[in-house]
Amino acid sequence: MQKTTRLGVAALSAVLALGLAACGGGSTTTPTSSGAPAAAGSTGEFNGALTAVVNPSDKKGGILKLANAGDWDSLDPGDTYYGYSWNFIRLYGRSLVMFKSAPGKTGNELTPDLAEGLGTPSDDAKTWTYKLKAGIKFEDGTPVTSKDVKYGVERSFDKEVFPDGYTYFNDFLNWPKDYKGAYKSKDVNTDSAIETPDDQTIVFHLKQPLSNFDYFAQLPATIPVPKDKDTGAKYKEHVISTGPYKFDKNEIGKGFTLVRNDQWDPATDPNRKALPDGYDVATNVNADDIDNRVLAGDLDVDVTGTGVQPAALGRILPDPAVKAGTDNPTGTRLWYTSINGNVAPLDNLECRKAVEYAADKTALQTAWGGEFAGGQIATSLLPPSIPGHEDFNTWVPGADNKGDVTKAKEALTACGQPNGFETNIAYRAERPKEKAAAEALQQSLGRVGIKLTLKPFPQTDYFALYAGKPGYAKDNKLGLAMNGWQSDWPDGFGFLQQIVDSRVIRDTGGSSNISVRDPEVDKLIDQAMEQTDPNSRNGIWTQIDKKVMDDAYILPNVWAKALLVRSKNATNVFVNDAYGMYDYLGMGVK
Amino acid sequence: MSFLELKDLRVHFPTDDGLVKSVDGLSFALERGKTLGIVGESGSGKSVTSLGILGLHKGGRAKLGGEIWLDGEELVGASAEHVRTLRGKKMAMIFQDPLSAMHPFYTVGSQIVEAYRIHNDVSKKVARKHAIDMLGRVGIPQPDRRVDSYPHEFSGGMRQRAMIAMALSCDPELLIADEPTTALDVTVQAQILDLMRDLQRDFNAALIIITHDLGVVAELADDILVMYGGKCIEYGTAEDIFERPEHPYTWGLLGSMPRLDRDRTERLLPIKGSPPSLINVPAGCAFHPRCTFEDRTGGKASTEVPQLVETEGGHLVRCHLPRDTRRSIWETEIKPSLEAS
Amino acid sequence: MVTYIIRRLIWSVVMLSIVSIITFAIFFLVPRLAGATSEDLAARYVGRTASAEQVKVAAEKLGFNDPLVVQYGRFAKGIVVGADYDYGPGVERCPAPCFGYSFLTRLPVWPDLLDRLPVTISLALGAAVIWVIAGVATGVLSALKRGSFFDRAAMSIALAGVSMPIFFTGMVSLVLFSYGLKITVAGGTYTPFLTNPATWAYDLLLPWITLAFLYAAGYARLTRAGMLETMNEDYIRTARAKGLRERTVVVKHGLRGALTPILTIFGLDLGLLLGGAVLTESTYSLPGIGKYAIDAIGRQDLPQVMGVTLVAAFFVVVANLVVDLLYAVVDPRVRLV
Ligand SMILES: Nc1ncnc2c1ncn2[C@@H]1O[C@H](COP(=O)(O)OP(=O)(O)OP(=O)(O)O)[C@@H](O)[C@H]1O
Ligand code: SF4
Ligand SMILES: [Mg+2]
Repeated sequence: MQKTTRLGVAALSAVLALGLAACGGGSTTTPTSSGAPAAAGSTGEFNGALTAVVNPSDKKGGILKLANAGDWDSLDPGDTYYGYSWNFIRLYGRSLVMFKSAPGKTGNELTPDLAEGLGTPSDDAKTWTYKLKAGIKFEDGTPVTSKDVKYGVERSFDKEVFPDGYTYFNDFLNWPKDYKGAYKSKDVNTDSAIETPDDQTIVFHLKQPLSNFDYFAQLPATIPVPKDKDTGAKYKEHVISTGPYKFDKNEIGKGFTLVRNDQWDPATDPNRKALPDGYDVATNVNADDIDNRVLAGDLDVDVTGTGVQPAALGRILPDPAVKAGTDNPTGTRLWYTSINGNVAPLDNLECRKAVEYAADKTALQTAWGGEFAGGQIATSLLPPSIPGHEDFNTWVPGADNKGDVTKAKEALTACGQPNGFETNIAYRAERPKEKAAAEALQQSLGRVGIKLTLKPFPQTDYFALYAGKPGYAKDNKLGLAMNGWQSDWPDGFGFLQQIVDSRVIRDTGGSSNISVRDPEVDKLIDQAMEQTDPNSRNGIWTQIDKKVMDDAYILPNVWAKALLVRSKNATNVFVNDAYGMYDYLGMGVK
Repeated sequence: MSFLELKDLRVHFPTDDGLVKSVDGLSFALERGKTLGIVGESGSGKSVTSLGILGLHKGGRAKLGGEIWLDGEELVGASAEHVRTLRGKKMAMIFQDPLSAMHPFYTVGSQIVEAYRIHNDVSKKVARKHAIDMLGRVGIPQPDRRVDSYPHEFSGGMRQRAMIAMALSCDPELLIADEPTTALDVTVQAQILDLMRDLQRDFNAALIIITHDLGVVAELADDILVMYGGKCIEYGTAEDIFERPEHPYTWGLLGSMPRLDRDRTERLLPIKGSPPSLINVPAGCAFHPRCTFEDRTGGKASTEVPQLVETEGGHLVRCHLPRDTRRSIWETEIKPSLEAS
Repeated sequence: MVTYIIRRLIWSVVMLSIVSIITFAIFFLVPRLAGATSEDLAARYVGRTASAEQVKVAAEKLGFNDPLVVQYGRFAKGIVVGADYDYGPGVERCPAPCFGYSFLTRLPVWPDLLDRLPVTISLALGAAVIWVIAGVATGVLSALKRGSFFDRAAMSIALAGVSMPIFFTGMVSLVLFSYGLKITVAGGTYTPFLTNPATWAYDLLLPWITLAFLYAAGYARLTRAGMLETMNEDYIRTARAKGLRERTVVVKHGLRGALTPILTIFGLDLGLLLGGAVLTESTYSLPGIGKYAIDAIGRQDLPQVMGVTLVAAFFVVVANLVVDLLYAVVDPRVRLV
């Protein structure tokens, strides 16, 4: 009797909160009775899963229920390019190396998976060799050989069949001329790129030194694919598993289930606990419904890991009991503003400094969605979870982060523009947050006389034709441009190379780097590519970060954060820094 | 007691504008086999009276008063359900516009069958045969085929015949025909009137014919009741009304009566003005604002309500004019002018 | 009658072709008129940070480099005779009617549509039964008791019903009944009818009621208005004069007369819904045609959009035809020529 009433109250307050959210009223907080069931079910505290395991347990069994508001780009290891997918794929596929299944920074560490150890580089870091463990089998019992790994990489080369994936292997391996991938170049000898001297050994040959190739080796494309079972674009309908789980039912567009793979040998695999008996995944589920269900304990994980919708945010934050059951990790995405040195007077460092000083970072944070759903105020490029990140703040925008008007004016005077200047700020028209951030800048820079005109552009052509096309940007005086970047893996190369290397800028447009042009930075990048010692290499990335900030080519806004809800039924819940979301390999069911 | 007797019948409708006294103190009697014609302008309360007799105001907003005696039974105070069982069987009605009065979505036959089967526990087949018989009797050719036609597939005259067939299907003892020929052209009108006269004779029913056209009742009615503003203003035999009418309103009706030997549109003595308001009935004689002889009543017309009084042998008139004055006006002023035309 | 139907069917095919051409033009011609190149179009269907070459390859594979007429022709031909699809290691035959392959999932569209149709049909028909019964009954009672407390209460609720968006009522009812009181199932739950009819109905209960509420409200208002009008008709007086019981008068004569406009609206509503109950399906995450459509449009997955548009248009065209035929059945005055 008592219980029913409480449920009723909780449901009603949820309805109220929904109603408020639907009416656009975010500012009103609904007091919730302390006896709400959400409190009873949650364990741990706010951000408890960022650095430690919540609900540690070794209990096996149960089905973990996940939902996705959209759908996987593909379940095929050769054709998937979402972080959550790489996190999840470890359940049914084993790549050469992998990220540790551990909380916090430990999750950033690479550990061998199929391979016996991390890669052995040649002296010039152009050749990398891996030895496979013995006793690893496909779900049908066939042993996995190095040829299956090689075939997996070769097939992923074909971007006509697999257009979703990355092109790291296409671009860096020393493929034969005119190679077109495993299907169209069937009988071509590819030993110049990948050699398999025996069934347990695989050797990668690169076109250029690549000190961090182990990150390549953790990519899902190195998950072995048996050639005789490969059905190309249709392989995703039944991927042949090497991990602890295999596909049972798979209805693309609706969802799929994973069950235990009895051919998986735990003896070969120290990284996977394989606690649940299976996984039940629904795709294309209403995003708000996912939040409600996770909060109600009816669902365990919002698999995309991008955080709750605004409606749920309004229910969680005001209620400490509910908030205690959530985590707010900072991911590897930086939202920033490019400061284009090609557009006068921003060619003058002092004028760029003025922009850095005058910007009100708290207003920017609000524009991006606030402290919890928007992000943490960024002071440099490398996000805190990426090795090489160092806390520094080259241009302190006042102690309160609201901008330092005095210093900004000094810089303007030094620049010869004591009364400020006029320029434009580009953003993607379809993105309301970018617009809000641009408006926040317009406001705060206006305080020192820097007048910004807002210039929205369609997002599909933002880099190809407008902000990212040097000629257009210069002619149209796009002095500032809203921008964002997320690395494919937690590594300085993955994060910085595409946005600070001036050599990626092409006159034809299309590059994400639209402002950083510093030969010294380029030189440092080359050094890092050759440095195989991780510590020394990370030191170089720090140096690059500082150099770009010194140049003031980038105004960092926020490092994106997402509010994740911890499942009430799951054990071993923790955030893995490599993915910036819960680690799907570790989780079990109560 | 007569077969049908109305005593001081009142039907009032409360509306937002006030109380509409559609029928206000109506009394008359009618025997089996006899025909009563009720005449009056539009809005005088003729239809409301007939619906009142059929009990169709029950359950509605109307306030009923007085008594209706049908074959020894009082109907105003009777339960709605009881009156319903009499409807269609004991008393039936023929409506003015047969196109709108018949359901457009059901065949003519099925509508007659429905009427028959409410009161007769027979199979559909038997009822259908009866319907065909009835259609035949009212003069519809090929009734076995037309029985399955829809109302819109009939001509106006045929529809009215079908309507009559429907009303007569249960052999009613009282038949009320509310303007049965208004929607028809003259030749068809005559046929329908002939038909009704024949049928009434065959069925020996009491018949009430309602019309605003004196010509219609001239040939059919035994007695005639002239209504004005919800009240009877003159009542008498057909001979009384046509030969010795005593009420100025009746004179007006006679004057505006279209005759076959005259151009229909020509009206000798049109009644000036418009029908009275039923909410704020004119003080005194309700007709006085329109009456040509109002000045001959010594001012009584606009102050005192005239009573319905017998002038002689059951001939009733509601007028302040002295009987002799009325008669001399008729003989010397009205009658000659009617004949002259 | 038969010639009428044949003529209407031919006309339907023409209509569907026009719809397909317009849809095609909206998604393929308009962007081009706005200056987009084949590569710009293709860029949506490749992974993020795709290189220029990668986009070029995709544009070629998707056939964006061919003239628009050729592209449309290929689409139309697929529907009539089927098509072949190169999936890498081999070529797959997509039999007629082949609505093409999704640009994103690279799965044939037609089986997807067939797979989702039962969900939408279940949702639409179930809800339709509820809303017709509830709406018409409420409307009739309201009309008969015009001005009463029941009438005013029912009409206020009906007004609320038509004006509340389904994603709101849907989400609130889920939170209340499914997650709070736990008497109904969670969003996204669907059991095929043939698997277990009882579970099928139970799973769909909440969506049915939510959807029916929206429509019942409109039908109640429509029925009430229609009944108020027909109950004043002369033929109702005739029916009463026959001595019919009031219930027969109301239902057989009154409601029958008021039914025609309701039937028309019902046919069109149902036709539209069968083409996808977009909001209900999205709110409840039901894998029906509507959810498929909204996802396809969101991802600009053109073959899926084309397929779903044609299916929806098909239902609307068929509904129109059925309504017109029914019209003649319901109202004998209507002649089909
Ligand atoms: N239900 C009702 N509510 C209010 N007023 C009514 C109602 N029914 C009839 N009346 C009024 O009662 C008066 C008499 O109407 P009735 O239909 O009896 O006239 P009628 O003599 O039959 O006229 P017509 O020759 O036009 O048929 C009219 O003024 C009419 O407006
Ligand atoms: S009472 Fe007077 S006003 Fe009335 S009808 Fe007789 S003469 Fe005319
Ligand atoms: Mg009348």
